[in-house]
Amino acid sequence: MKHQDYASLVKKDRVHTALYTDPAIFEQEMERIFKSTWVWVAHDSEIPNKNDWISTHVGKEPVIVNRDKNGTVRVMLNRCRHRGATICEKKKGNSPGFVCPYHAWTYGVDGSLKGLPLPKGYKDFDKSDYGLIQLRVESYNGLIFATFNEDAPPLKEFLGRARPWIDLFMKQGGGYPVKTLGEHKFNFPGNWKIQLENTTDAYHFPVVHKSFLSSLDGDTEELFSFMDAGGYVEDLGNGHSVMVMIPELVDLEEDLDQPIPERFAELAEELRKDHSEAEVRRIVRAVTGSGFNVNLFPNLACSMAFFRVLRPLSVDETEIRHIAIGMDGGPAAANRMRLRLHEHFQGPMGFGTTDDAEAWERVQRGAQAGEDDVWIMLNRGEDKTESNAGDVTAETGMRAAYQMWKEVMTK
Amino acid sequence: MSTLTADSRLAHAAEFISLEADLLDQYDYQSWLALWVEEGKYVVPVEPDEQNFEDTLNYAYDNAAMRDMRVRRLTSGESMSASHSARTLRNVSRFRILGTEANGDLRVRNAQTLIEYKFDRHRSFAANVEWVLRPNGARLQIVQKVVRLINGGDSLTGLTFLP
Repeated sequence: MKHQDYASLVKKDRVHTALYTDPAIFEQEMERIFKSTWVWVAHDSEIPNKNDWISTHVGKEPVIVNRDKNGTVRVMLNRCRHRGATICEKKKGNSPGFVCPYHAWTYGVDGSLKGLPLPKGYKDFDKSDYGLIQLRVESYNGLIFATFNEDAPPLKEFLGRARPWIDLFMKQGGGYPVKTLGEHKFNFPGNWKIQLENTTDAYHFPVVHKSFLSSLDGDTEELFSFMDAGGYVEDLGNGHSVMVMIPELVDLEEDLDQPIPERFAELAEELRKDHSEAEVRRIVRAVTGSGFNVNLFPNLACSMAFFRVLRPLSVDETEIRHIAIGMDGGPAAANRMRLRLHEHFQGPMGFGTTDDAEAWERVQRGAQAGEDDVWIMLNRGEDKTESNAGDVTAETGMRAAYQMWKEVMTK
Repeated sequence: MSTLTADSRLAHAAEFISLEADLLDQYDYQSWLALWVEEGKYVVPVEPDEQNFEDTLNYAYDNAAMRDMRVRRLTSGESMSASHSARTLRNVSRFRILGTEANGDLRVRNAQTLIEYKFDRHRSFAANVEWVLRPNGARLQIVQKVVRLINGGDSLTGLTFLP
């Protein structure tokens, strides 16, 4: 498809259904988006020590993310330079180097080829030509991103106005560094952008998540009934956006003198055994999580109290990870509560995710109808302006993401 | 105190576990809730070998209140995925008594193969299921059920049933 054709598929207030269904567009997205922009790969706490590594993906390509012996974070293609076998099949580990299991080519943690069996079998062989392929890596406030694109702008510039929101989000460490606490991973048979939209879609919440709301105590249900609570959605540039659902939970280090909600009374009592009242209040407020979602184009959302990571598998198959986060070195009771809250909503058995997954699958199924002339509507709500606090159900975040899609796809 | 012999204990446990599977396949959630002791825990851990459920992430870690809420969610009509829930069929087999606690509780493990049918497709979920079962007169009650999915931690799909 030609550049101008991609442009014609994205209008200001709607996108063409082919964006969900056309395999050719999907292949181009993998090239033009996932091989050209910054893609989130890991959180610092997943590789805290030297020689720690995890295996993951950038778009469709398997990669290793590691911290080398000098502390440098690297992202390298997970394929041996000899015959292409994956070097790491486990999810994580700690090792002083990498050995390909096929012919035992051995790499250092910096990716350099250190040795191989029977080297005399090669003529004019320069090991420095055969290091693991490295991506460009930069990180911001614990979030590690990689890109295949040497010409991509610095990460800081790419994140731009999303950065202060990331900083606010990380306050849910409650005075401790944020740490990942495990994850729920699941697939749904639908296009990745259906999920990209969902993290900036407050409109669906009271409908799709009615059974979750019904399972909450009165105060918590009120907290999550944010349709008319002063929230808004803001386009942060470069496809990023923030959706503020609960304005009083934007800065978790403010309002610490407020009464502790009843549902946290037992936790607060437990924490008082080892912590000052000020610490207790800070930790308890952090346990609630942030009252907003920061949607980062193309694959990460810092969503209330967890990281949502998407990975496109095919035009109609997407993998989602909901990564639980908590307080590194923080009180066990607080982290347990975070885990239980995560389990309540997220994951394949969560009270929220299962209904989301059903909705997303139905979008993909429904999008098979009227593909040529029926469009996906994104025209709800006005964008936030200086004078207008806006509407939490505005589809501003989706409009922002699709304008970025258009920009990158037509470059 | 149970006076059952080893063989009859196994048969008794197998019969009970088959009943539990049938209740879930038939969506008879109220009868299922009645199988539990009040302090019972229903656990589906993320990692198949996990022992410390409290300090790690699970798919489900349910006390009585959470089990009640889960059943309410599945039956209330408020959840779109549960209103259009999957049909399931489970085979339970390979029963083995792992031990007996001092208070008479039985520790049992079995294999479970669950076939889900929804959206015109079949999916399968295989698991080792570990039980703590408490003899109470002629019947057994569930103290703990741990469903260790063999693909736990890897990519699953939304589950509209209780594994």
